[in-house]
Amino acid sequence: MDTLANLADGFGVALTFQNIGLALLGCFLGTIMGALPGLGPSNGVAILIPLAFTLGLGPTPSLILLTSVYYGAMYGGRISSILLGIPGDEPAMMTVLDGHPMAKKGMAGEALSLSGLASFVGAFIATWGLIFLAPQLVKIALLFGPAEYFALFALAFMTLGGVSSTNQAKSAFAAMLGLGLAMIGVDTQTGVPRFTFGEVHLYDGLDFLVAIVGLFALSEVFIFLEERHGNADAGPSKLVIGRLTPPMSMIKSCTPTMLRTSVLGFIAGVLPGAGASLGSFISYSMEKRLVDKENTFGTGDPRGVAAPEAGNNAAAGGALVPMLALGVPGSGTTAVLLAVLLSLNITPGPLLFANNPDVVWGLIAALFIANFMLLAMNIPMVGIFTRVLMIPPKVLMPIVAMVSFVGIYGISGSTFDLYVMIAFGVGGWVLRKLDVPLVPIILGTLLGNAMENNLRRAITIDDGNWWTLIDSPLSITLWAVAIIGFVLPLIIGARVKARMHARGDEEGAISD
Amino acid sequence: MSDRIFGVFGVLLAIGFAFAALQIEESFLSDAVGPKAFPLIIAAILGISSAVIALKPDAAPHWPALPRLAELAAATVVMALYAHFLPVIGFVFATAIAAAYLSWRLGNTLLLSAATGIGTSVGIYVIFHLVLGLSLARGPLGF
Repeated sequence: MDTLANLADGFGVALTFQNIGLALLGCFLGTIMGALPGLGPSNGVAILIPLAFTLGLGPTPSLILLTSVYYGAMYGGRISSILLGIPGDEPAMMTVLDGHPMAKKGMAGEALSLSGLASFVGAFIATWGLIFLAPQLVKIALLFGPAEYFALFALAFMTLGGVSSTNQAKSAFAAMLGLGLAMIGVDTQTGVPRFTFGEVHLYDGLDFLVAIVGLFALSEVFIFLEERHGNADAGPSKLVIGRLTPPMSMIKSCTPTMLRTSVLGFIAGVLPGAGASLGSFISYSMEKRLVDKENTFGTGDPRGVAAPEAGNNAAAGGALVPMLALGVPGSGTTAVLLAVLLSLNITPGPLLFANNPDVVWGLIAALFIANFMLLAMNIPMVGIFTRVLMIPPKVLMPIVAMVSFVGIYGISGSTFDLYVMIAFGVGGWVLRKLDVPLVPIILGTLLGNAMENNLRRAITIDDGNWWTLIDSPLSITLWAVAIIGFVLPLIIGARVKARMHARGDEEGAISD
Repeated sequence: MSDRIFGVFGVLLAIGFAFAALQIEESFLSDAVGPKAFPLIIAAILGISSAVIALKPDAAPHWPALPRLAELAAATVVMALYAHFLPVIGFVFATAIAAAYLSWRLGNTLLLSAATGIGTSVGIYVIFHLVLGLSLARGPLGF
């Protein structure tokens, strides 16, 4: 029971006053960010990263803070889904379908507490899944050489659009744009400057944090400036919550649903290119097929609230598995978390488990702690968060913009970085209008240098032979999966996406 | 139509990127692959995907009308001015003005926008600088 001993050590790391305080803060902020329409988990984490740095937090405390925000946002998304019928973030899209009808029937309190409980079950099971699956994946990853890593990175990019992607050309464009941006700066192997055009600021390369905050947070501000002008009032006049405990019979009838969808959501999270939105979508669809005998789904069936919430929280935990074990994130928010690790000079992947066990297990222990905190915050104290929904975007968005500026300026103190960030904000807005996914861009800027280094290492080891890239069964398998993952959405993607959007409002354009 | 323009722009970008990649000076101490190969692969895929976007465009997105575009341009200019003047006039003033502008353009009344701007600026200053000790840009008055 090596794993349990490691976990116990992890609790030793996580249970300091500072870390518990950070987890509490992260859970609180995360729930707020998840609840507010327009701020999702990825932009929530993105605007807080620079702050975690400038505060000089170490790797474990920063990660605890930011993953708590991540888990918290997954919980928080349901609040506005249920109360307002507007998903707080994309993974909470499916919760609208039964959650909002329940609220209209005067059962808002029951819906909130039941979905809180479902979120807890999903996240709890997924964290156990993470504990047992990640070390297994690490064992496989230790067999990887540079050629396999190169194939793995390619796989990550090719599957990132996910099965719901409708235009693979745009996903590919985004990935190449990100990789291209990563090439800017001095080449690490030969020391020659590339794509710097003589600009000294560019010799170090673009700081990916600047890109992330610009693309995610600032572009959101632009979207609001464009769309919400004039009708920028969010808050409903009054919110009737009602009782905050679901009846036992309701919990009982939902338990099998929660357990099933937690497992399903976890698997969806681990698979590349799926993420929490898809987790909640397939959870809801499966439960509808399995248990919806009287056709009550969509009219305020509690099981229809429990299913997507357990599913999306489990997927959020599952998405951490490839990020930690392989260093290759499968979703937007885990890509942002990867940025945190890289900026702290920690390279995720198999060696992370060997070299920094305190970081990994401390993080996992913190996830358990955060999960219990979130349960406490989201059931008895949910009233606080419903009040947050009253903040209109015309107050919120300036704050988001200014906090973004503060964070980036705090890191470097450079006006040049602020200009770059604004450029990314404008560019992000244009790309979002054109339906180009932003996550591959981020992943490209994050992984570009590692990908190139692995390519060059693999070929240099084999004396310039490019065929070395497809020389081992492992790398051939990875390439095969990558190609299937890229081609499959061309066949079924449009259908899946149409169904996802037919059922939920299209709100919060950034996927989890 | 938007996608066609975007695709053509992408192809031009790919060509420019490839051209810039070819300009990279080879070091005499190069590895077997060298610093040009990977950027050239990127340029190739970038070009192909852009061409596909141009040839098989999606439905055009809903672009905002001219006044709204002007709005966005104005916001960009304000942000750039903010970045420029931040180290000059200090964090509190710059932030209050920029936040008030954004709030105003998002539909707040002038008075409430001013309140939002000042509230945001002072709030961030207190929380991030005084409580958390983050260094913010200093103006001539020290804040």
